[in-house]
Formats: sequence, structure tokens, C-alpha cells
Amino acid sequence: MSYIEVKNVSFSYEEDSQEGKTVLDNVSLSIEKGEFVAVLGRNGSGKSTLAKLLNMILVPSEGQIFIDGINITEDVCEELMLKVRRKIGMVFQNPDNQIFATIVEEDVAFGPENLGIESSEIRRRVDEALATVDMSQYARHAPHKLSGGQKQRIAIAGVLAMDPECIIFDESTSMLDPHGRAEICEVMQKLNKERGKTIIHITHNMDEAELADRIIVLDEIGIRLEGSPKEVFSDIKTITELGLEAPQATELCARLAERGFDIPLGIIGEESCAKAIQEALVSRKK
Amino acid sequence: MLKDVTLGQYLPGNTLLHKTDPRMKLIITVLFIVSVFVASNLYALLALLAFSVILIFVSKLSPKIVFRGLKPIIFIVIFTSVVSIFWKKGENLLFSFWKIEIYEEGIMYALMIALRIIVLIMGTNVLLSYTTSPIALTDGLEQLLSPLKKIKIPVHDFSMIMTIALRFIPTLIEETDRIMSAQRSRGADFSTGSLIKRAKALIPIFIPLFASLIRRADELAVAMECRCYVGDNGRTSMNKLKYSARDFIVLFVMIAVGVGVFFIGKYTGGPKF
Repeated sequence: MSYIEVKNVSFSYEEDSQEGKTVLDNVSLSIEKGEFVAVLGRNGSGKSTLAKLLNMILVPSEGQIFIDGINITEDVCEELMLKVRRKIGMVFQNPDNQIFATIVEEDVAFGPENLGIESSEIRRRVDEALATVDMSQYARHAPHKLSGGQKQRIAIAGVLAMDPECIIFDESTSMLDPHGRAEICEVMQKLNKERGKTIIHITHNMDEAELADRIIVLDEIGIRLEGSPKEVFSDIKTITELGLEAPQATELCARLAERGFDIPLGIIGEESCAKAIQEALVSRKK
Repeated sequence: MLKDVTLGQYLPGNTLLHKTDPRMKLIITVLFIVSVFVASNLYALLALLAFSVILIFVSKLSPKIVFRGLKPIIFIVIFTSVVSIFWKKGENLLFSFWKIEIYEEGIMYALMIALRIIVLIMGTNVLLSYTTSPIALTDGLEQLLSPLKKIKIPVHDFSMIMTIALRFIPTLIEETDRIMSAQRSRGADFSTGSLIKRAKALIPIFIPLFASLIRRADELAVAMECRCYVGDNGRTSMNKLKYSARDFIVLFVMIAVGVGVFFIGKYTGGPKF
């Protein structure tokens, strides 16, 4: 069984309307340990809801979810929640609304303190977490004076200090400037490659989704596309249909291919795009 | 405009008073307040005033800032001393005009009251407000009051509420600023008109502010739950407060001053109140 198994899960917010608005309908997916998965989808496609289900903030109306072999949809109790939340950390959208302490390191220490870990071990974890996100020099600062990207890194450190196996980024880059986004993406990759953390990145930014091993595209009906960035971006038609925009380089290549140029689909990144265009031009000359 | 508001009155530093355990500081502040009321004559109060001045120098605070901190109480000091000059009757009549009689004891009494209030405020400001960070203060208070948990008083919850409030003051000020600018850019006028008109102009600020506050509170609660927060159950702390020898020296000094003040009051002359 995979690390995360979602089996035929449906979810509806009952209070939303008389009928209850169904956000997720019969969704199944699995995520392996150590994988870097991007979940794409437009607003209202249920991607944040999916994240909250994995962390037991919400409980599905139907279906089952297994985390590391534990069924988290059965016998829901506080003990189980704590167990799951130790395994799966979550970084949210607004950095301001997830930092509660007046000193950076106090906030990072919050998670381990809740777990009842010994003081010296907390100190070690806090220092390590801050070093990992490159914020050690801000340990004694007040969070409200930091930039958005820095605050979000503190939030990541706060999750890291709990030593989870998997971290979900719930649109954590959407409120940041380009510089902040780049910083957070860098941290994500580092955590995935160097520390072996399973990363689930929920976003509607295609350029960020490129970094993942696998992309899952959600919409109101359920999973519409799934596969490596290359596979997903090859299907420009479906992507556009879903109200999403493919990365510019990919889109350019797809349009050129449409006009009869000999360019393979699913090109990712400016460099490989330039290369493909060059090759196409050379082959045309011949 | 609103950005100038500082969080608390804490002035960071690295002196003896800054480094004293916040719990001990709370204890010595209580002792200090007791001494102020034990001081029964002018000499005893002057001794305490001298002690407070020494504290200012020990904690390397700028006297200017400390005196500025006394500004809000000037009115109270003047009012109470003036009232007591006219009300306090004694034996040595100094001045009499129509129905007004001023006695020597009255002046003495006014002087002591003024001194008492000034010393009280100055001392507690130096001991607590200026030299203790708000977070250390809430931590200290929580641990000092933790025995009350046994009788089911939610000490931890109160301290968490305090911490969050302190953290969000600057954020809220920023947000208010932003909303006000947004309303002003659409022609809202907050500074002219009658009081009622101005109060009404504030409504379009409060409604979005409260809406955003509630949203923030909700998100923060979810984020805290995600980090396994379940209240006080089995929590540990990274910076466990520990008393050091220094703290007991400070306590000893404070007790010595208190006892000293008591004896000065007892064995020196002058009117006692």
C-alpha cells in the first residue's frame, strides 16, 4: 500500500446550501513515500479540501483514507488526530495567520512543545529547522517585521520542528512576491531531495508545478489529469479546458507544433524549449 | 500614523534587571509595592525614591524615558495633592483666608502622597514594563500562577490568549491603516464633522476589520491544531524558566530595602501617615 491512499472519497460542505455542495466526488489517488506531488486546480476544485482531509481537519462524507497504513476515516478520535498530524505537517496560505508567537524561535518551538518533547531536544530541533530554511539569524526577531517569504519560511520551520514525514503546502506561495515564491520552492525541493520528505504542493501556478515528480489536476468532477509534468503538459487542450494555463514555454511549443513545426509535446522550461525550437528550425532547413 | 505605536514599553537591554527571571521580577514588584505603603514618613519615601533612581541607573535606562513614563499620572498627582492640602486639618495653621485653612500637616501630607504615587509608578515601570519583554511577562505569570491550575483556573489558556493578542496588535494596526487608506481613497472623511459624524465614519472601518479578524482567528486555530495543539495537556517548554543565584540576590536586596524602609519610617521623626 502507498504512503497515502485515498479511496473513493467524497466530501460536501453541508452548511453551504440546502442540498450540500459536493466538493470532492469519488476521488481516489495514492502518493508514495518521498514523492513530490503537485496538485493543480482552479478555485473551488477541492484541492484545499483534499489537503484538509489528509490532515484530519475535515472528515470525508464517504470513502476511506489511509496514511502510512492507518485508516484515518475510522474511529476518529483525538489520539488518532495527533498521530496523523505528527506525520503530516501543513503550511497554509497566509503566513500572518499561522504564526502566533511574538518571537520567531518561540513559534518554531510550538509544535514540539505540544508533543511534550524534552527542552534540550526542542532546542536542537528548533535550531536545525531554522538552519534548514536559512533563517537562523532571525531566531530572536519579531515575526511581524519579516517579509512574506521569510514568514512563510518560519512557518515551514515550525512544521519541520515536528519532524513530519510529509508536508502539505496549501497554496503557500500564492500570497508571496516572485522572490518569496522562489525561496519557498527552493526550500520544498531541498526538503524533498535532501531530507526525503514527501511533499504535496497545492497550487494554481504551473511554473511551480513543473518542479514536482507528478502532477494531479483536479476539478469539480474529480481527478482530470495525472502524470509527470511532461505528460500533463502535453495535454494542453484539457489544461486550457480546465481553466488553467500551461507554462509559457510549454504553450509556445504546443502552438508551434500545431502550426506544423516538428516539436515534441510536453516541453518544460525555457532552455529545453529554445533547444527544441532550434532543432525544429535546423530540421526544417534540411 | 498608526505605525508608531510600539508593542508594550519594553526597552531591550542586557543588564541585571533585564536578565532577572520574570517570575522573580513579579515577586519583587509586589514586594516593592508593599514597601511603598509600609514607608510611613517622608524619609522612608525618599529612601525608596533613591532606590528607584539607583534601579534606573542599574538597568541603564535613559532617565528621560522614565520621566516621560510619569506624564500620564501628572494629573492624578496634582489633583490628589491639591485636594489634600485643603482637606487635611492639623495643629499648625499656616494660612487662612475666608473658609480656606491650610495647615503644615496638609502640605506634608500632599508632598508624601505625590511622592508615593511617583515612586510607585516609577518603580514598577522600571522593574517590570521597561525591562521585561511582554512574552517573558506572560510566561512568568503563567508559571507563577500555575499552582492555580489545581483548582481548575485555566492559567495556560489565559496566557495563550495574552500571547496571541500581543502578537496580533501590530498586524491589526497595519490592517486598520490599510482599511482606512482604502476608505479614504474613496472619499471617506474621518477627521472633520461633529463627533457623531466622525463616529459614524468609523463604522466602515470596523466592519471589514472584524470580518478579517474572525477569518484570521479561524485560520490561526486550524494552523495551531495542525501543530498538535490540544491546550495544556502534556506540553513542555523550550525555554524552561530556571531561578539562578542572581535572582535570589535581587530578591534579597529587595527584602533588605523593604525592611530598611520599615525601620527608617519607625525610628526617624516627622509626621507619619
